[in-house]
Amino acid sequence: MTTAGLLFRRELALAWGGGGGPLMALAFLAAVTAALPLTAGPSPAGLAGVAGGATFVSLALSSLLSLDRLFERDLEDGSLELLALGPLPLEGVAAVKCAAQWTATGAPLALAAPIAAVALGAPILAAPIIAAVSALGGLAFAFVGGAGAAVALASRRGGVLIAVIVLPLLIPPMIFGGAAIWAFTEKLPWTTSFALLAAYSLAALGLAPFAMAAACKNALS
Amino acid sequence: MIAALANPHRFMAFSRWAAPILGALAAILICAGLALGFAAPPDYQQGETVRIMFIHVPAAWAAMIAYGCLGIASFSYLVFRHALADAAAKAAAPLGAAFTLMALVTGSFWGRPMWGAWWVWDARLTSVLALFLLFVGYIALRAAIDDEAKAARAAAILALVGLINLPIIKFSVDWWNTLHQGESIFRAGGPTLAPVYLAPLALAGFGYIAAFASLWLVRTRAEVWRRRSANLALQAATR
Repeated sequence: MTTAGLLFRRELALAWGGGGGPLMALAFLAAVTAALPLTAGPSPAGLAGVAGGATFVSLALSSLLSLDRLFERDLEDGSLELLALGPLPLEGVAAVKCAAQWTATGAPLALAAPIAAVALGAPILAAPIIAAVSALGGLAFAFVGGAGAAVALASRRGGVLIAVIVLPLLIPPMIFGGAAIWAFTEKLPWTTSFALLAAYSLAALGLAPFAMAAACKNALS
Repeated sequence: MIAALANPHRFMAFSRWAAPILGALAAILICAGLALGFAAPPDYQQGETVRIMFIHVPAAWAAMIAYGCLGIASFSYLVFRHALADAAAKAAAPLGAAFTLMALVTGSFWGRPMWGAWWVWDARLTSVLALFLLFVGYIALRAAIDDEAKAARAAAILALVGLINLPIIKFSVDWWNTLHQGESIFRAGGPTLAPVYLAPLALAGFGYIAAFASLWLVRTRAEVWRRRSANLALQAATR
């Protein structure tokens, strides 16, 4: 088994272990979804209008939850230092970590998002597109979020700081994803926004590892 | 010129004179721009509120220039490891945030009589708000890291990530919605703004840029002095 594969399995095991990440993220998504009708009123027409967008925002917020553990735990127990010395360059380590983060929380969230949106009143036919947009957007959330987490590494303050740094950077994927869902439910052409979301996610996939590696080296220095 | 100024001694000698001269220039240009602006006739559509433009639009320009300067300074710090570049980046961020806030607030004063609302979710407003949030994130990150060298590099990486993202944010937000009037100055085929408004706007614009440059130099100088005094205190303590 390759180094990257081993690292991926380790990351996945850490994310799933100890009642951690995915279940928490799903519970958070459910709680936010339940909070929307409680605060905005239960009128089905009003809720249906924002169902797709509100779900996508909750998804972006849920993906922030486990970011502070992405690198910090490894920095604290010294395994980040070992990974930096290992055969895989730090860029690769960071990419594998983010991919595992996406597999552990992004993919389950992408499966749960259509349920949340339909419960809020989105048309059931939109469920596949919501799942696809969430999966693709989740990739951007994981990689850009990872860059934010890596940069905040030296602060040891985590949580809120990462959210403050990352959320403005997530504006493009939120716009493109929200627009794709909205256009689909309004029976308008949705492929442009979907393609733009895909482009952003792929760019994040390619560029964010370099920022993460530079930030990790800085934290280790 | 930039390379020559990377030497702190040369920079201090240069900025000692450049900062007050640019400051005086800024005061003259802004006063001239505002005077011309108040002398100009009211707009046929916007009435007297058109004068808000002379303090609003230059603030938005200065804010964008400030982010550009922050990005360039961060890049030179990461690549060439000039300590002065980091001091310059650190000094630029709060200025940029202040100009961005000024653009948002004055825009809101203009929006109330014109659009009937203090705030609307229009493309330009939202992208300026995003710029403000980027500045806030940068300042928050710097403040959260105790180790100065680590704070400097982490913040520089964040500034570069933001610099790459900024055009994408701008594009995505424009694509999302637009209500703000289109570009009327920097467009192919020349400005559509009446010359009677263009002159005061240009004067105020150069004035704001000079003001930013002057304050940037002053803040960078202050940061250099702060580091020198911290070093001296450290030397005195270890003696």
